[in-house]
Amino acid sequence: MSEPMVRFENVTKRYGALTVLDELNLDIERNEKVSIIGPSGSGKTTVLRMLMTLEKINDGVIWVEGEPMTHEQKNGAMVPASDRHLRRVRGKVGMVFQHFNLFPHMTALQNCMEAPVSVLGLPKGEAEERSAELLDMVGLGDKKGHYPIQLSGGQKQRVAIARALAMRPKVMLFDEVTSALDPELVGEVLNVIRQLGSEHDLTMLMVTHQMGFAKEFSDRVCFFYGGKIAEQGPPDKLFNEPDNERTRQFLSAVLEAG
Amino acid sequence: MNIWDWYYVWEALPYLYRGAVITVQATLIAFAIALVLGLAFALIRQSNNRLVNGAMAETVEFIRSTPLLLQIFFVYFVGPQFGIVIPAWVAGIGVLGIHYAAYCSEVYRAGIEAVDGGQWEASIALNLSRSRTWSRIILPQAIPPIVPGLGNYFIGMFKDTPILAAIAILEMLQQAKNFGAENYRYIEAITMAGAFYLVFSLIASAIVQAVSFWLNRRYHLQ
Repeated sequence: MSEPMVRFENVTKRYGALTVLDELNLDIERNEKVSIIGPSGSGKTTVLRMLMTLEKINDGVIWVEGEPMTHEQKNGAMVPASDRHLRRVRGKVGMVFQHFNLFPHMTALQNCMEAPVSVLGLPKGEAEERSAELLDMVGLGDKKGHYPIQLSGGQKQRVAIARALAMRPKVMLFDEVTSALDPELVGEVLNVIRQLGSEHDLTMLMVTHQMGFAKEFSDRVCFFYGGKIAEQGPPDKLFNEPDNERTRQFLSAVLEAG
Repeated sequence: MNIWDWYYVWEALPYLYRGAVITVQATLIAFAIALVLGLAFALIRQSNNRLVNGAMAETVEFIRSTPLLLQIFFVYFVGPQFGIVIPAWVAGIGVLGIHYAAYCSEVYRAGIEAVDGGQWEASIALNLSRSRTWSRIILPQAIPPIVPGLGNYFIGMFKDTPILAAIAILEMLQQAKNFGAENYRYIEAITMAGAFYLVFSLIASAIVQAVSFWLNRRYHLQ
């Protein structure tokens, strides 16, 4: 059996007295597309943030391609990861944020080029070529010289996707990437994600409120409730005949809201 | 006796000129120190090490809470008692620079803390190093908006330079005063010094505005 791409092993995250995630165990296979749904405060965004190392975990280990990310092995013992170790393993993961977080003082192209040049050490010309290709792919070939302020929300989010892809991650994390968009702009971003899923070897993990998209796109859906995975399974099963009462309640509330 | 006598205007000019050169030099050098050191203070205050940033915060607070003149006296007059002899020019400009660095560091800090936290998260997600994040992402967004705030201290410091006279640096106001004392005639020299402070302040404020405008445009900020 091959190693999972990502493994959460007994991962616990607390903020003070509040336990956000309680001994999470979750394996994500290579190229698997996993959607995370659940009510707010259920810990779903925290899962992504921990994997991106934006949050420290309190307990447990996160593994990426069979290698501990949050820890490193030293003389046989597991010790908390050093900065260097963290940076190396983190290179396999990319993330797209709800609020884009583009660099406002750089053009779309410069946003994409920054990390390949300064982190991977690519020559400028090569980084520019790679970035331009990616911007073409997300349909923004004609906006390379535009600054974020000159772009619509949907365009910004597509730049953000291209920027993350420019680092050639193996795992892409999408954190409610359409939640801050006007409804008519949601489609263009989902189309890009759909295309990514079908044309690239990428493991994708997304927190989303777009139930229709989650159903159509994912291999597996995880329903989080109270810091635990209350139920998970293939989308057809989870959306059509959920086993868990909480899942049923959540889905009917969400679907009712439209 | 005339209230205003042009004869004394011409006579006072060389004095004032010598003083003005000292004043402008002192302002420019001390402000350069304040800008660089202030940024360093602000960056040290962002350290994750509580001991380091706490010590920095206390130092800044200490510098801001004692009079500039006292600090200059301390370095210039108390220092020699312990064998630390610093020339007046170095002590004066150095203390002026450090004093204003403390104020500037608070302005930098405001700018740094106003940068959206999402910029840090995006930088981590892209694996940018900490120094690269500072130099390419955070500071280019933090500094343009605070140029007017720094500019205020530039002009404030310029107007504080007469304090250097206390350790016998012949800056402009002291020159004007000396001229008055030698000739029993103050009105022209003091007025001319006042006019110069006014003109320089106006020019400085125009430069600050221009730099602010240019930086904000250069980095496409509002």
